[in-house]
Amino acid sequence: MTQPSNTESYLRMYTQMVRIRAFEDQANQLYLSAKMPGLTHMYSGQEAVAVGICEALTSDDKITSTHRGHGHCVAKGAEFKQMFCELLGKEEGYCRGKGGSMHIADQSNGNLGANAIVGGSMGIATGAAMSARARGSGEVAVCFFGDGATAQGLMYEVMNMAALWKLPVIYACENNGYSEYTRTDEIAAGSIVARAEAFGIEAHQVDGQDVLAVNELSQKLIARARKGEGPFFIELMTYRYHGHHVGDINREYYRTKDEESDWKSNRDPITNFGRWLTEQGLVAPEDLAAIDADVYKDAEDAVAYALAAAYPDGSEVDMHVYAPTDPATLRVGG
Amino acid sequence: MREITLSKAVNEAIAEEMRRDPTVFVIGEDVAEAGTPFKVLSGLVEEFGTDRIVDTPIAEPGFMGIAVGAAMTGMRPIVDLMFGDFLFLVMDQLCNQAAKTHYMSGGKLSVPLVLRTNMGATRRSAAQHSQSLHALVAHIPGLMVAMPSSAYEAKGLMKTAIRENNPVVIFEDKLMYQDKAPVPEEEYLIPFGQANVKREGTDITLIGTSSMVQVAEKAAEILAGQGISAEVIDPRTIVPLDEATLLASVKKTSRAIVIDEGHQGYGITGEIAARLNEKAFYHLDAPVCRMGAMDVPVPFSPALEDLTVPTPERVAALAARLVAGEMLHDA
Repeated sequence: MTQPSNTESYLRMYTQMVRIRAFEDQANQLYLSAKMPGLTHMYSGQEAVAVGICEALTSDDKITSTHRGHGHCVAKGAEFKQMFCELLGKEEGYCRGKGGSMHIADQSNGNLGANAIVGGSMGIATGAAMSARARGSGEVAVCFFGDGATAQGLMYEVMNMAALWKLPVIYACENNGYSEYTRTDEIAAGSIVARAEAFGIEAHQVDGQDVLAVNELSQKLIARARKGEGPFFIELMTYRYHGHHVGDINREYYRTKDEESDWKSNRDPITNFGRWLTEQGLVAPEDLAAIDADVYKDAEDAVAYALAAAYPDGSEVDMHVYAPTDPATLRVGG
Repeated sequence: MREITLSKAVNEAIAEEMRRDPTVFVIGEDVAEAGTPFKVLSGLVEEFGTDRIVDTPIAEPGFMGIAVGAAMTGMRPIVDLMFGDFLFLVMDQLCNQAAKTHYMSGGKLSVPLVLRTNMGATRRSAAQHSQSLHALVAHIPGLMVAMPSSAYEAKGLMKTAIRENNPVVIFEDKLMYQDKAPVPEEEYLIPFGQANVKREGTDITLIGTSSMVQVAEKAAEILAGQGISAEVIDPRTIVPLDEATLLASVKKTSRAIVIDEGHQGYGITGEIAARLNEKAFYHLDAPVCRMGAMDVPVPFSPALEDLTVPTPERVAALAARLVAGEMLHDA
C-alpha cells in the first residue's frame, strides 16, 4: 500500500477532493454575495464519491451527472475557469452560458452533463453503455444519482434492460440521507440495493466518505464491466453538508445541527483521508496544507476571471437550437 | 413507376440507411421478429440481426432514454413508438432531454435520433390509440417534426430524418400503411422544410398535413366540379415549416383553410393560420380558417368517431363559402 505509484494516486485523489470543496466554497460565496444568477446545489461532503469513482475511469468513459453535479464535473477532469464561467452565464463557460450549474457538461472528458430532472439521466447513461458496446469502444458509463432518484420509475425500466443486455453501466446511488427536504427513510421503502438485486444486478453498499474504499470497489467493478460482466449497482452512504440548494438555510425542521456537525467533525472525507495519509507517513501535514493553499488560490483566481469574463452576445440566443447537418450528407449518395 | 405501400416505403428507407451507416439501429417494442403490430419492420431483423433491431420490454420512457444516451455518444437510433398516444409516456426523455441537449451544452453535444410513431383516428381504436399529437412536440424547440402524406414522402422524409443531426419525430398515419403510391427504385431524399404544391389553383389554398392532404385533394375535386380552383399544399414537415411556399400561395389565392388531424384548439392549424394572417393579411379576402379534429377525446363508436375529423365534403363546403365571399361572422 505504500508504493510510490499509490502515493501519487492518493495525492491526486486528495487534491481532487479539495478542488471540489474549494469550488463549492467559492460557488456558495458567489450565491451569498448575489453575484451568481439563480441557485445551485452544493456537493460538499460527498467528494469521496465522485473522486473515488472517477479516478477509476478513463477520460473516454462516460458519466451522467445530477443537479448536484459540480463534484462529478471536477472529478471527471473539468477546469475551474470554464466551470465558474458557466455558473455565471459567461460565454467561456463549458456550455457558453446556456446550461448553467444544473446542465454543466464537459464532453471532452466524457461528462454527458448534469441533469435538472431527478433521475432524468438514467436512460442516457444506460444508452451510453449500449452505444459503447455497439461501437466496441470498451468504454464504461457511470450513472450518478441520489437516493431521491430511486423513487423514479425510469430507474427500474433501464436497470431491467441493462441487466437483460449485460451493459457496461454502473449505477452509483449517492445516498446522502435526504431527498430534497425529506429524510430518505420517509421516501424509500425496503432496501435500495435489494431493488437492483431483484434484477439480478450485483449490488454493493460502501462508505461514501472513504475515498479509498470507493476507489477500490470502483476499480474492480469497472474492470469487470469492461469485460462484459456488468451492470453493477453501488449505494454510497454519504452526507450533504449544505441544504438541498444554497438557499436552503433554515433546515432544522428536517435535520439537526448536531447531526450536521457530527458528519463534518467526524466523517469528513477530506480531513479523514488527509489524516490517514500523514499517519501512514506518505505525506507531511505541511504538504497537504500547501496543496490546499494552491487549490484555493486557483479557485479564487478562476472566480475573479469568471466575474470579469464576457457574457455571450445576444445573437447567441437562438444559436444551438438545432445542430447543423452537412448538406452533402442529405443528398443522394451522401 | 412501381407502386409500393407506405409500410414498405418506411421499411425500405430504414433498411437502406442501415446498410449505409452502421451506427443506425432500431429500438422499441416488438420490432424484431414481430416487425411491429403493423408489420412495418418485417424482414429487418433477418438482415440486420437482434443487435441492430432491438426488442425492448414495454418501457417507453426507458428505451427512449437509452436512445438519447446512445445518440449522444455516436449512434443513430430509430426509436419505434408503437402508438403516437404513448408520446405522453416519453415526454421527459424527448422534450427535456433530447430536445434541449444541443442547446444546453452550448452546441457541444447533439442527439441525432428518429422517433417514428403514428397518428390518425377512424380506426375504431378509441381515445388512447387514435390521437394525433404532433402539435405537442412541434411546440418544443429542438425537435423537428415530419408528417408524410404518402409512401413517397414516407420514404424520402425517413431517410432525411435518419441523416439529420437532430431529434426528429416522424408521424405516420396508421390508416395509410397499406396505401400505395409511386416510389422510385433509385435512391432519393426529401429535404425538410420544403412544402409540396400537390395541385395548383387560383381561388383558395388548402393546406393539409398527413392524411389530410388526401382530404384536401378530394375537396379540391369537389370544388372543381363547382367551378372553384383550389390549390393544395402539403408542408411535409411542420418543423421546419416552409412558410415561403405557403405565403406565396395565399398571396395568389387570397384565401386559405388549414386542415389537420390534431385537435383544433391550440393546434398547428392555429399556428399556421396565425403566421399567414401576420404575413399575408393585406392579401386576404377572407379569414384564414382552421379545420382540425374536434376538441373531444376520440370516441370509440363509429357513429361518433367519424364526426371528429375533417372530411372532403366539409372542407369543400367551407371553401365554397369563403370563395363566395359569404360572411362567416357578423361585421
